[in-house]
Amino acid sequence: MVTDDRTALVEMRNVRVAFGGVHAVEDVSINLFPGEVVGLVGGNGAGKSTLMRVLSGARPADDGEIWIDGKRATINNPRQAKAYGIETIYQTLALADNIDAAGNVFLGRELTDRTGTLDDDAMEAATRAVMKRLNPNFKNFKVPVKSLSGGQRQSVAIARPVHFNARILIMDEPTAALGPAETAQVRDLIRQLKSEGIGIFLISHDIHDVFDLSDRISVMYHGKRVGTVNRDEVTADEVLGMIIMGQAAEETAEANAAAN
Amino acid sequence: MRAVNAILSAISAPVRSFLAATEIDTRLAGMIAALGVIWIGFNILSGGLFLSSRNLWNLSVQSSSIAIMATGMVLIIVSRNIDLSVGSLLGFLGYTMAMVQAMWIPTALGLGFNQPYTWIVAIAIGVTLGALIGGLQGFVIAYGGVPAFIVTLGGFLIWRGLIFWYAQGQTIAPMDSTYQLIGGGPAGSLGAELSWLVGILASLGIAYTVIMGGRRRKAYGFPVRPRWAVITVIAAGSIAALGAVWIANNYFWPPALATQYAQAHGITEPPGGLQISTGIAFPVLILIGVTLAMNYLATRRKFGRYVYSIGGNPDAAELGGINVRRTIVGTYAVMGILVAISGAVQTARLNAAVTNLGVQNELDVIAAAVIGGTSFSGGIGTITGAVLGAVVMQSLRSGMVLLRVDSPTQDIVVGIVLVAAVGLDAFARRRSSR
Repeated sequence: MVTDDRTALVEMRNVRVAFGGVHAVEDVSINLFPGEVVGLVGGNGAGKSTLMRVLSGARPADDGEIWIDGKRATINNPRQAKAYGIETIYQTLALADNIDAAGNVFLGRELTDRTGTLDDDAMEAATRAVMKRLNPNFKNFKVPVKSLSGGQRQSVAIARPVHFNARILIMDEPTAALGPAETAQVRDLIRQLKSEGIGIFLISHDIHDVFDLSDRISVMYHGKRVGTVNRDEVTADEVLGMIIMGQAAEETAEANAAAN
Repeated sequence: MRAVNAILSAISAPVRSFLAATEIDTRLAGMIAALGVIWIGFNILSGGLFLSSRNLWNLSVQSSSIAIMATGMVLIIVSRNIDLSVGSLLGFLGYTMAMVQAMWIPTALGLGFNQPYTWIVAIAIGVTLGALIGGLQGFVIAYGGVPAFIVTLGGFLIWRGLIFWYAQGQTIAPMDSTYQLIGGGPAGSLGAELSWLVGILASLGIAYTVIMGGRRRKAYGFPVRPRWAVITVIAAGSIAALGAVWIANNYFWPPALATQYAQAHGITEPPGGLQISTGIAFPVLILIGVTLAMNYLATRRKFGRYVYSIGGNPDAAELGGINVRRTIVGTYAVMGILVAISGAVQTARLNAAVTNLGVQNELDVIAAAVIGGTSFSGGIGTITGAVLGAVVMQSLRSGMVLLRVDSPTQDIVVGIVLVAAVGLDAFARRRSSR
């Protein structure tokens, strides 16, 4: 277990998730500090997405605790997670294809006037403001997101946490479906958000992505956390070894893995 | 095929840029065009009978009952469900409302017939019961995990069966004298002056909505419609509203009824008989109100936004923190309320509740929604489209009646149109998505 003087932004303790008899996540503890990117890596079925679904409220844990800012948190659904400032960019993007960009950014948190009528103009204005920052070329505000390109759809998904001032951001394979230019954009964004003090969990298959962006890297294997290492103290090959073998490369690396 | 596409594109380019500027929905414009072709075609074939005031007035009354329910069916189909029970539920609720006014209030409670409150009590009971039964079906679907098809197929059998428990197959009649007005007819209409008032209010309403909407967007610095497009939209809307009133006002009371009225009010009849304008019928007025309310619910309230997002991507809705199950229950409760309103219109029009009340209505309602552009794959469909769909269906039936086409042949034609409409829509969507 990692120890640090500062209060962790997020601390998940001894989390357990089972699907029927299969242990998808088994007794995993993990933490995240403000302004830090923690890469979460592992093979298919290692349990990294399931662990993050617990934090985002999509799938309550069967056992274990979540602490936020040093206080015990209750997260049983996405609404509760968002109340703690936890935002998620899902691998599938979780967009309603038939609704426009603003409708998707505000999905479940629509702006209304006093009578409870949707204030579509205010939502569009806010979405335009965020897009100016994220993707200045974005122009199609009035069409269903189905008719947008992959990169534009990704922009809409990313606009959500940015608009709602996420404190804790979970990114599940954010660059898997993107071209080189768009991938570079997402990387820039991650660095920018990090500099603003947001804590980011980054799930990725791409070990180079993770190495470029993360401060610490947690490796999962068959539902268990194999180890957490400081990026600066390991090589990509060592991390790859952990992913494949399911064993910590150097116990010392893990012991020193305090967040900096 | 490529040549066909090239020709289509050449024709559609200016049309499309016009629609884009005026922000008129392409699919809706297509439906209005199709309706125009049907109307003009039948008018020529019937030697001018179809587009007479009398026929159009009847068409409006005949369409309204199915159209009212079709607006609710849109929300159900958009959220990837179905309701097969509406015909039976209409029968059950219509019977209940008939029992309230013909048996329970006058005889069981001994309060007598035609009390001033009878009609509203009957409708309130019908609407409440409709919301509860609809909500119950929705609850079993959303929380019980039983597919909508099965639950509402069960409802289809159950509600129809309950009618026989009520009245052992007897016809319940007559209805309360005020309640009867809901069904339309010369007395159940607005008359000339009030109809013009409705037409003028509608025109002002259209102008206000379009202009204020444009101002708000301008204040935010969003792109707005060009001025000519604003004027075109307001002018087209006003002409449609006032034109409809003009047609309704040109349908006069039957001579016998007008003579009765003249005698009752001590008016001497002019040569050629007294001409009293019928105006907009109450069922049509109810349909207009329902359409406005349902449009608002579907497009301007969180509930409607949730319904569409569930249809577009149920997982995204869930992850967005939307209570999907509660929303589904809501769609069925709304459907139940609309079925009750339609039940009131149908029993009032018949001046009776009969055991086959609402039979096959579920199929007409689903067909109206689908012809109106609602997609079974979920997430797509409009309230206005469904109302137009109901009018298209009723136009086909009414036109064929004028041409003396027998009823089985009518069913065949409507069936072909239903399949063809969905096929054309799928074809158009494939073309536009390329």
